[in-house]
This record gives sequence, structure tokens and C-alpha cells, in this order.
Amino acid sequence: MSEDHHDHKPTGIGRWLFSTNHKDIGTMYLWFSFIMLFIGGGMAMIIRAELYQPGMQLVEPDFFNQMTTLHGLIMVFGVIMPAFVGFANWLVPMMIGAPDMALPRMNNMSFWILPFAFGTLISTLFMEGSAPNFGWTFYAPLSTTYGPASTDYFIFGVHLMGISSIMGSINVIVTILNMRAPGMTLMKMPIFVWTWLITAFLLIAVMPVLAGVVTMMLTDRNFGTSFFEASGGGDPVMFQHVFWFFGHPEVYIMILPSFGIISQIIPTFARKKLFGYSSMVYATASIAILSFIVWAHHMYTVGMPLAGELFFMLATMLIAVPTGVKVFNWTATMWKGSLTFETPMLFSVAFIILFTIGGFSGLMMSITPIDFQYHDTYFIVAHFHYVLVTGALFAIFAGAYYWLPKWTGNMYDETLGKVHFWISLVSVNVLFFPMHFLGLAGMPRRIPDYALQFTDFNQMASIGAFVFGGIQLLFLFIVIKCIRGGEKATDRVWEGAEGLEFEQLPSPAPFHSFTDAPQVK
Amino acid sequence: MTDQNQQKNANSKVVRKLLLATVFMFGFGYALVPLYNIFCDITGLNGKTSDQAAEVKPADIDNNRWVTVEFIGSLNDNMPWKFRPAVSKMKVRPGEPSRVNYIAKNVSSNSIVGNAVPSVSPGQAAKYFTKTECFCFTQQELKSGEEKEMPVVFIVDKNIPKRINTVTLSYTFFNSPAATKEKSNVSMANK
Repeated sequence: MSEDHHDHKPTGIGRWLFSTNHKDIGTMYLWFSFIMLFIGGGMAMIIRAELYQPGMQLVEPDFFNQMTTLHGLIMVFGVIMPAFVGFANWLVPMMIGAPDMALPRMNNMSFWILPFAFGTLISTLFMEGSAPNFGWTFYAPLSTTYGPASTDYFIFGVHLMGISSIMGSINVIVTILNMRAPGMTLMKMPIFVWTWLITAFLLIAVMPVLAGVVTMMLTDRNFGTSFFEASGGGDPVMFQHVFWFFGHPEVYIMILPSFGIISQIIPTFARKKLFGYSSMVYATASIAILSFIVWAHHMYTVGMPLAGELFFMLATMLIAVPTGVKVFNWTATMWKGSLTFETPMLFSVAFIILFTIGGFSGLMMSITPIDFQYHDTYFIVAHFHYVLVTGALFAIFAGAYYWLPKWTGNMYDETLGKVHFWISLVSVNVLFFPMHFLGLAGMPRRIPDYALQFTDFNQMASIGAFVFGGIQLLFLFIVIKCIRGGEKATDRVWEGAEGLEFEQLPSPAPFHSFTDAPQVK
Repeated sequence: MTDQNQQKNANSKVVRKLLLATVFMFGFGYALVPLYNIFCDITGLNGKTSDQAAEVKPADIDNNRWVTVEFIGSLNDNMPWKFRPAVSKMKVRPGEPSRVNYIAKNVSSNSIVGNAVPSVSPGQAAKYFTKTECFCFTQQELKSGEEKEMPVVFIVDKNIPKRINTVTLSYTFFNSPAATKEKSNVSMANK
């Protein structure tokens, strides 16, 4: 398995700039997302520092708005999505027994667009006037009539991100459909590959709609069209409809791959097969399909007719069914298994519990009359941070710990990993749980100041935020330490690990793997 | 080698389909705009009324009930006019054409072209609210200091659900800078 030419790699900066190797590109995606995590996280620290006390302390309100906007955009498009593409690059070919991605040059391009996209977006901070300050949802007319001049740079950045994601997902789909090893039927694919296949289809369906909506903004701002301008016969409410037609599938784009990662990890540490494999596949597909018919639950308060609100309410509640199937399957996988709790498993178990809390608060808000109270309060902030931080981000941590030994050939420091987990677990709950109460009590989101009675919970949240933000530096240290050396990992890495990448490849995985396709029985 | 070529052909086939899907979805994003408007027109959701004058049909008046129609006139922030309905409400018989005047005055020192955008509340009533004559069908120009009465002739459909007793008709006047500029260019040229 370890013939010489397997480890022949180009050297110097050219290795990265011109790389067509799925592992190198995956590494670059993961590092890119890691850097963005610290930039977006730094912005979150500014937000929480300002909110530590009522009144205005550190930053101007307009700068606060820029921080909430860029924090959201960077975390969604710059951290979660590229991290999952990084996982897909590293793992999909190894899991299906392919030598590389199907379209390696396009793979290179789709990565290298990203630094330019985010360079453009972040450069707006240094422009005259202000950076985008209308929230990550960039509702018209805030972003059209009232948007700062830098909004056009934001639009260009979003276009680039969209192109990158579409190229990435075309690559994933072609790889999965055409390059599976002989014998690997669709229903034998690892769940992670399945979730990514479905995610890639979602991306292809909705990223063009996002591109469309920002193009409409661009022409409204600069070329005299009036898609969202009431005086010209347009309608700002329509912006919300088109945006959320993209936006709701987008939130599943950010969570489905983490379902995949968790479904790989739980069986390994339960030492049992995944419970209900095919129901997992169908549940993932149903979630994806349902995501197209629930968008208006983000905008119950715009004044929809009763029939519309009922439809979107019931459709939204329906999503709880396939999601519940998944949660029950994970639980059933653990049931009577020989469980051990290494760091990836700890993050996975925390994922199941905390993601379910986020799911339940989502279910609460799916109820239209209740949502009227919660809309645009800290309750929604608590909800989507539970599903995206303790959901998507925790799954990324879990996946990183799980596959790092396979990627680097070295075990990470288990003690430090556990410290990272426990401190993250406690601080993230101190950070986001009080936000539920703040929201129920009526504290609005995206406002730099608040009434005195909200002080205690805000201080708790801020302290949690500083600890949670700080402890991620430990994660950076653990990753670097693991890359530089450590106890050698076995080829199987984990006692209960299954799948081609663990069974048939050495650790670290050679630069070129599966030049001869393995047989899958 | 042939294996590789086959693989390449198979790949480009899928890539083509996916690119087509991408282009299609980009188009679909734009198609959502007319779809949205058609959907609102048909169902009358969103309080959108037709921007075309309705045909006047032979009167078929329901003399057994009254519907109160309230009138609101408002201005967009950058519109230096005064604008109000002559009466704040009236009672009408469903099916009977009624007339109401709005009064607009340009209090700025420039000639300005405005667009009035109508909206009907509750949204469900929009479907049953037709206008045979309205200043909102065309752009309105007022010279500096000019005051104008702008008529609306409307019919509340006699099929309007019994539970709707009150309908609010609201107009917002928007400044239409592009049109204002065009008009002034034309008048400059005429001089």
C-alpha cells in the first residue's frame, strides 16, 4: 500500500497554489475556515464586550451593526460551509474508494476563489462610509436604498462565494455519482457521503437563487430597476420571500453534513452498526425536500394571510419528524453499545443533546402566534446558535478529532482534547442558554444597548463568550501539536472504526490513495 | 486509457446537467418575481390591487348591506407634497361605483412627478376591490405650489365576504426622481 510514488508531492508554495490533490485542497479549506473562525469569533467578542453592560461602552452603534452583519456572514459562508467542503474533499474520495475528486482543477479554483471573496467582504471594514451594516440577511430596503456604498463590494463577494460553492458541489456530485469503487452501491455508501450528496444538490438548487437576489439588489442600487423599490412598483417583502427561499435550504446545507459526521462517529464508539441506515438516508432526503416549502416561517410577522401562516406552520412542524428519526436512530445506536468516550464521541453526544435543544426552540418558534412574541428577539439568537454552534461547529470539532489521526498519522493529545471539550461545553451553554430568557423577556437582537433588567443575563452570556472564544485557541494548539507529532496512530485508528478510509488505507493516508479501486462487498 | 476517456465523458455529462440546473435555478430566482406578483394578483394577498382600470359592468347592486370604506393618504419620506383624502370614510353599497377625491399639493419649489401605490386592507378584500378610474394608474406631475384634486372611482364587489364590513384603501405617494428629471429635460428642450 505504501509504494514510493504514493508520497511523491510537489514542494514549496506551488504545492498549494496549483494543487489538484483532494487532500491538499481539503487541508486548505479546513485551514481557511479555521482562520475565518477566529476572525468571525473576534467580531463576536466585540459584540459580547459591548453587551457586557447596558449603555454604550466600546464601539459606535454603526460599528456594532457592522460587527453583527460580518460576524453572521463570515460564520455562515466562511466557516461552516468551507469546513464541510474541506471534510468532503478529504473524505469523500477515501470513503468511496476513488483516487481523487472527479474534477481536480475545478476543485483548485473553487478553493482559491474563497480568499478573494472574503478579502473583498472584509475589505469593506476599511472603506469610507461603513461596512455592510444591515444584518447578515441584508433585507431590502436596508441594503438597497439605505445600504452604505460598500454594499456593492458585499454583493460581489457573495457572487464569488456562490460560484465557489456551486463549483464545489458539482465536483462532489460528479465524484459520488461516477467514481465509486466497484461494488459500492448508493445504499452502501457511508452516511457522510449520502448527506453530502444531498447537501450538494441543495447548494445547486439555492445558491443560484442567492446570486439572483443579490443581482437584483445590484441593479436596484445602480441601474434603476425596482425589484424591491415600492415607488417603482416593486415590493420589499418580496425580497424576504426570495431571500428565504434560498435561506431556509441554506440552514440545512449547514447542518446535513454534520448529521453525516455524527452518524460516522457514534457507531465507532458504540461499537455497533448505525441503527436504521436506510431510514437515515430517507430522513436526510425528506429534510432536504421539506426545506423548500417552509421559507416563510422566517417572516410570519410581515402580514401574511391566515392560510399562508397555517401552511408554513404545519410544514415547518413536519420537519421535526425526519429530524426526530435521526435523533432516535443515534440514540438507538448507542443503546446497549460498548461505549467509550474519546473526544470525538464526547462532542458527538453533546451535539445530539444540544442540537435537540436547538431543534425544540425551533419547534417553539414554528408556532405562528408564539413566534410573534419571539420574532427578532434574543430567543431566535439562542435558537440558531444552538443549532449552528453546538450543532454544526461541534460536529466539525468532533469530525476533526475523529479523522485528525488518519490525516496526520498522529494521535492528538487526548487529555487536552477532553479539556477543550469540557470547557467548551460549559462555556457555550453559559453563553447561549441565558439568551433564551433574554428573548422571552423581550430583548431585541442586533441592538447595541439594552434595558437595565437584562444586565445579569447579558453579563453571564458575555463571560461564557469570552471563555468559549478563548478556549478555541487551545483547539488550535491541539491541532498544531497533532500535526507536528505525537503517538503514532494505527491504520484503523479507533477500535470500532469502519469504512474504506480506516480499513484499507494506512495512517497517515498517502498523498495518492486508491489508484487501484478497492472491491467493496 | 479508454477507461479514462469513458470516465471523462461520463463526468462531463453530469457536469453539463448540473450546470444547466444552476442556470435554471438562477432563472427561477428571477421567475419568482413575476410569480410572486401573479400569486398576489390572483389571491389578492398582500393587499395588492390591480394596476389596470376595471371594465364598468352593468350595475348589480346589493341594497341589503353597507360596507365602510376608509381612506388614507401618506407620503414617502423624500416626497415634499401634502396629500390627503377629501373625506376620511364613506359608506357604500357593494356593486355601486363610488367616487372619492384625494387632494395633493406640491409645497416644494420644484416641479415633481409622483407615483401613487395603492394598498387595500384587509388583504383578502383586495380581490373584491376594483377601480375604474384612479390617479394611481399614471404618474402625476405637480408644479411648484400647484394643488390638484385626484379622483378615484371604485366598486366594492358584491361578492365580498359578509365578515368584511370595513375596507381601508391606502395610497402612498412616492417621488419618482427619474421621471421628474426626464420631464424637466423635456421642458428645457421645449424652451
